[in-house]
Amino acid sequence: MASVTLAQRINRAQRHVPAWPIYLIGLGWMGWLFWLGLSGQLGPEPINALERDYGLLTLQLLVATLVVTPLRRFTNVSLIKYRRALGVTAFLFLLAHFLVWAVLDLQSLSRIGAEIVKRPYITIGFAAFVLLIPLAVTSNNLSIRKLGPLVWRRIHKLTYPAILLGAVHFVWLVKGYPWEPFLYLGAIIALLAVRLIPARRPARANPPAGAAPSR
Amino acid sequence: TALSMAGRGAMAQGLEPNTLEQISSYNNFYEFGTGKEDPMRHADAMQIEPWSITVDGMVDNPGEYALADLLDGLDIEERIYRFRCVEAWSMVVPWNGVELADVLDRVGVQSGARFVAFETVVQPDNMPGVRRGVIPFPYIEGLRLDEARHPLTLLATGIYGEPMPKQNGAPIRLVVPWKYGFKSIKSIVRITLTDTMPETTWNNLNAREYGFYSNVNPEVDHPRWSQATERQIGGGLFARRQDTLMFNGYEDEVAALYEGMDLRENY
Repeated sequence: MASVTLAQRINRAQRHVPAWPIYLIGLGWMGWLFWLGLSGQLGPEPINALERDYGLLTLQLLVATLVVTPLRRFTNVSLIKYRRALGVTAFLFLLAHFLVWAVLDLQSLSRIGAEIVKRPYITIGFAAFVLLIPLAVTSNNLSIRKLGPLVWRRIHKLTYPAILLGAVHFVWLVKGYPWEPFLYLGAIIALLAVRLIPARRPARANPPAGAAPSR
Repeated sequence: TALSMAGRGAMAQGLEPNTLEQISSYNNFYEFGTGKEDPMRHADAMQIEPWSITVDGMVDNPGEYALADLLDGLDIEERIYRFRCVEAWSMVVPWNGVELADVLDRVGVQSGARFVAFETVVQPDNMPGVRRGVIPFPYIEGLRLDEARHPLTLLATGIYGEPMPKQNGAPIRLVVPWKYGFKSIKSIVRITLTDTMPETTWNNLNAREYGFYSNVNPEVDHPRWSQATERQIGGGLFARRQDTLMFNGYEDEVAALYEGMDLRENY
């Protein structure tokens, strides 16, 4: 049962590793990229580079939040403690992605409106952004208490359609068939599909303590 | 001549050329990958010596020409052109090259020919994008014969008086300044004269988005983004967008080529 031991060891270790550095590293990274763009170190087209980098980091962090539950279910490694920080940091990158696009790239309110309405890949990207706003706003203990865990959990299921829309947004905006956006879409579909596998009822001889079936 | 006019016109309009570094570090050359920096990173491996171009189809003197023979005695001049990518960014490039028309005269275009087709080199061992098959290769492009013969249409061999950087399509590439950049095919190894409209790579991939003509036109949007404005690269994080010009600013020179054509239909 080496794997169980390993999982237990990881679970024990993470008790000593707080989640707050995720915010710090995220915001630091965001600022660092902006500085690189400002100082001409993101190539000759820094607006586009920032847009891409912030967008890609959003997707990567959202994928990380999607990994948490299956990881716990299939390996008993529980990183749930970090999920809120990952999710909120993803949202901050998404906000930055949106602002770079709106303020630095399009540079006009009428253009922003027209693009959201006229371009399907922007419409769905914007929809993902809007879907994630209530999640970001309620990612705190007070909201969980006020809403109650059931309502709160239902709201936070919006993350599934939002991530899917984000991945399609990525696939839809590229020219040709580069593998990267399809890889993200595939991984996200797999991570969502895994949640459809029904949890097998106990049957295990020695269920590890605290391994509650999860979705 | 029209060529020096184009150069002077560019100056008169206050075109500020991009630096060689900018021009050679932000490229679409999918043979080397789809990222804008991929060509700069990987193009070094491309073998460009010796280089020959196969000229075939409806010509009097078909054959495989060494590059130097094809250009021998032709005037290499500088043309400062706007370069407008279909992705809505732009540059200003001081090309060095010869008029395609002069090369066509050299090989002798037969009377029935109506189109010119071009093909880019394929070197799988030296081209990571080719190995990955990000789009079908070889890359192919084409022009109507009158477009190809237009005095603005260049076969370019250099930038800023330097030999063409590999990532920009060494040793010789097409430059058609009033069309979206992907029409200006790089690293040419075949020129075919034909009487039928040739297939072109992006049109094959997505005909709805990339037409055969692909003239720069601010009034006809790409299905996924607006073509009304563009951003010239090199302006930094706070670069302003500028209005895209009809035929990329070469309307006076080329509009006659499309007289009576519905440009929305023939995008």
